[in-house]
Amino acid sequence: MSTVRIPTPLRKLTGDQEVVTAQGSTIAEILTDLDQKFPGLGERICDEEGNVRRFVNIFINDEDIRFLEEKATPVKDTDEISIVPAIAGG
Amino acid sequence: MSDRPFFSNLKCRECGRLYPKEAIHICEFDFGPLEAAYDYDAIKGSISREAIASRPQSMWRYRELLPIDGAPTVGVQVGFTPLVKADRLAKRLGVKELYVKNDTVNYPTLSFKDRVVSVALSRARELGFKVVACASTGNLANSVAANAASAGLTSYVLIPSDLERSKVVNSLVYGTNVVGIEGPYDQVNRLCSEIAGKYGWGFVNVNLRPYYAEGSKSMGFEIVEQLGWKVPRHTVIPMASGSLLTKIYKAYTEFAKVGIIDEQPFSVHGAQATGCSPISTAMKKGIEVVKPVPKPETIVKSLAIGTPADGYYAIRTMKDTHGSAEDCTDEEVVEGIKLLAETEGIFAETAGGTTVACAKKLIESGRIPADESIVLCITGHGLKTQEAIHEKCGAPRVIKPSLREFEALVADELAALETPQPSTLNS
Repeated sequence: MSTVRIPTPLRKLTGDQEVVTAQGSTIAEILTDLDQKFPGLGERICDEEGNVRRFVNIFINDEDIRFLEEKATPVKDTDEISIVPAIAGG
Repeated sequence: MSDRPFFSNLKCRECGRLYPKEAIHICEFDFGPLEAAYDYDAIKGSISREAIASRPQSMWRYRELLPIDGAPTVGVQVGFTPLVKADRLAKRLGVKELYVKNDTVNYPTLSFKDRVVSVALSRARELGFKVVACASTGNLANSVAANAASAGLTSYVLIPSDLERSKVVNSLVYGTNVVGIEGPYDQVNRLCSEIAGKYGWGFVNVNLRPYYAEGSKSMGFEIVEQLGWKVPRHTVIPMASGSLLTKIYKAYTEFAKVGIIDEQPFSVHGAQATGCSPISTAMKKGIEVVKPVPKPETIVKSLAIGTPADGYYAIRTMKDTHGSAEDCTDEEVVEGIKLLAETEGIFAETAGGTTVACAKKLIESGRIPADESIVLCITGHGLKTQEAIHEKCGAPRVIKPSLREFEALVADELAALETPQPSTLNS
């Protein structure tokens, strides 16, 4: 199981849990597992076509998955995944 | 004026969900940025070339298309800076029709940021804020500090601790609370997002960003009016967050939407410094994903935003208008500053040097054709970033107060002048 950090605006869906665990060998599988555990979370993170929304960043051990293999990025049990809304400003 | 409000809602740029006109800036659903939405039919009934021309010469002559409810209360004299026909620079760049939109003389703090702050603080007052704040690379801090002072608002400005001295002094003098943050701008911005969530302050570029960003449109409106109600075929715009570029595009299209002008073809081009060029790099690669620059390294500090909030939209805008992006080295920035100063008598800050240098490259490579109209957006005054060229434009030659020494000094130079000097003997 990997740990996933949930940002404040999405914690309503995780019963206020800041860190949750999820099963999967890729980011895509992790997201599917998360949506099963916390219904509604999936559509907040991915759009209708299943792509990660433009203003949502997913980091795996501090690396943005957009610069890895996106949703196909492999995940190990020891990895820490963070879901972070993009910082708007400037 | 009609009873229908011209400024109707905030709207998510991603999913289109509508929000009330409050101090909020991101969509609760998909985290997309919120943008001001207008009732263009109502505006059509109120705005016209004649109406605009009859109003005072400030950015507020386009009042219907700016997102506040009542009359502006902060920065009522901002804007309507000169659009300079730059024939000498045009000749050097080998183009036919070139203009400089000269926001180095914007009121009161000598950069285009007075436009965005005027809107943000007018709106902050409407929303009842007593304390206003910003994250800034310098120019915004100057403008928030000055405009807050004149409006009697308390202000906090947060800046990277290594900014140019002039930009720091230009904030401190207004009695604002200046906080230097150890780290690049993006860290300042991140901290401000946290502060904005915790304190009930109006952060002009965080929770007031939808209002703030719209102020940039006034630069585009002015360009069109000053060109005789024409959109320039090409506009070259410096990019930090990318917001200014998207808003100048919005201004050109809104004028067509409300019937001020007919639709005209135009391209917008973006300029960055190579040492922090996430948008131009993505654009050149043909991708829309902007890779953050964790450690910007350039003298162009006002453009040094490694994670540009509007990078994606800037790329879409350049693509949609068949524009392009370019970046230039720090040496080219200095050359750009000097070229503009020597040909047009306009002293721009490093971002202006970037715009000139990138325009030169775009022209040389044919991406901007030599026979089409071009506007360069010059956004801040050179006195703010003197360090950048301090040792690169020579030094005065010092002599004794003696006519003989002066004549010795200029003898060769006078001989080199082709045109004979008028005699002063008998005049």
